[in-house]
Amino acid sequence: MDALTDIINAIVLLLNFIIVPGLTYGSQLALGALGVTLVFGILRFANFAHGDTMAFGTMVTILVTWWLQSQGINLGPLPTALLALPVGILFTIALLVFTDKLVYQYYRHHKAPPVTMMIASIGVMFMINGIVRFIIGPNDQRFLDGERYIIRARDFKAMTGLSEGLTIKVSQGLTIFVAILLVIALFWFLQKTRTGKAMRAYSDNEDLALLSGVNPDRVVLVTWILAATLATIAGTLYGLDKSFKPFTYFQLLLPMFAAAIVGGIGNPIGAIVGGYVIAFSEVVVTYAYRKVFIYLLPASLETEGLKQLLSTDYKFAVSFIILVLVLLVRPTGILKGKLL
Amino acid sequence: MSYFIGELMTGGYGGADILRDCTIDVEQGEIAVIVGPNGAGKSTAMRAMLGMLELKQGSVRFRGKDITQLSPQDRIAEGIAFVPQTNNVFINMTVFENLEMGAFLRDDDISETLAQIFELFPILEQKQDQLAGELSGGQRQQVAVGRALMSQPSVLMLDEPTAGVSPIVMDELFDRILEIRQSGVAILMVEQNARQALSIADKGFVLVIGENRHTDTGQALLEDPEVRRSFLGG
Repeated sequence: MDALTDIINAIVLLLNFIIVPGLTYGSQLALGALGVTLVFGILRFANFAHGDTMAFGTMVTILVTWWLQSQGINLGPLPTALLALPVGILFTIALLVFTDKLVYQYYRHHKAPPVTMMIASIGVMFMINGIVRFIIGPNDQRFLDGERYIIRARDFKAMTGLSEGLTIKVSQGLTIFVAILLVIALFWFLQKTRTGKAMRAYSDNEDLALLSGVNPDRVVLVTWILAATLATIAGTLYGLDKSFKPFTYFQLLLPMFAAAIVGGIGNPIGAIVGGYVIAFSEVVVTYAYRKVFIYLLPASLETEGLKQLLSTDYKFAVSFIILVLVLLVRPTGILKGKLL
Repeated sequence: MSYFIGELMTGGYGGADILRDCTIDVEQGEIAVIVGPNGAGKSTAMRAMLGMLELKQGSVRFRGKDITQLSPQDRIAEGIAFVPQTNNVFINMTVFENLEMGAFLRDDDISETLAQIFELFPILEQKQDQLAGELSGGQRQQVAVGRALMSQPSVLMLDEPTAGVSPIVMDELFDRILEIRQSGVAILMVEQNARQALSIADKGFVLVIGENRHTDTGQALLEDPEVRRSFLGG
């Protein structure tokens, strides 16, 4: 009986510190990577501005959230940010469509190579980065309100009688739920609608899509709309779950690109798979397993130390290592994407 | 007046002129074939008629209307379909989706056209849920032609439809092209297999360095001793 309880305790521990955070972070990365992969598949360049686009969308959402809060409007147990999200999305769409007209359209019409577009996107990245810091500042911002927890550790312990608690935050549940909804909606759009099929055709074979009568301007417009929507939602969910800091969003670029490339860039399913692969790798190698071992191993085998493979400071290295390995072993990614 | 004509076309891709006063035309329910040695500008002539290169001189007219200034997309909307020589299917889409994309500009019911194409190419019906990239070369060519036909074009342009397929598949494809002609479509095609192409052609154009060298019915060109000696290998 004691042995069984120990095993259950160990499972709850893993659930609490690996599965739930991994699923949450993975969903956030997957949404981000989907935006990266859509832009890569259709506009054919690696968009380095995606992380800062997320920051911009989140910033607008935060500002509207604060305004709503000051007006006494809220969503009860759910974060007010959900109400502000559509405004954030609209502003981000406007920003991306504006940058396309101002920057990318020129290069597209001149059939510039992808590297030129990518470098242009680095310029756009710095611009958006500056705008965000100018408006909201470089500091940490919190904008989560409403209920904090779906399950509290204390309640879980009381309910089950276990010594380990399970905590699920509202922001975590919300992230996973919204990510699932959004992915279903996106795939329905790409597979079933006329515009979605036109986008897939354009990504598959641009010349033949044009020969079939696909309007390239429309495909490009819809791509930016989707990228803006995904970026704003991913950014807001990440901000609710952790906190909003412009620099953190810039840093997210690496795991998002790693996720898109590892999964197979240009392939939307790959972006999702890649998001979870990267997220779980980061969480798994940076978790300290000491307590799990205490539960599972006989007392005589207990040792000192945290049993942590890597310090959390190195979590970005994990993305890099997986990225390099995948590019060496299988350059098209886990699921087949375009060759970079 | 011809149904679809590129008249006295001169131009190239920016450098030297590839076409020089070249004239190609085709009538409804007719197969016109462009043949000639490598580098004669066969594909270029066809691309010029689709609007994929800018002409310095000459004009392209369709149903009596001057379409020289129209973009390729606008010409497609007018009812001209084009099957490129390579990369002519969406490899990551199913056969069915490929055909659907062919009908992208239509907003009426496509089921009848679909049934016609499945009748013409029965293999496509069997493989409709398979990705086009997984098909053999000959089957891909059928998807490519099927995609073009889905728009119910008045003119079908084929750039070397038999390139890289086996002789059996080639005969099969030529048979299908003859069937398509029955429906009244004007077919313009560039072919490497000159002898066989001319044998099904109502009209043949022999191009040499971007100029018309011989123009006649397919049969007459096949029997012309000079054409035989220079272009058909005796």
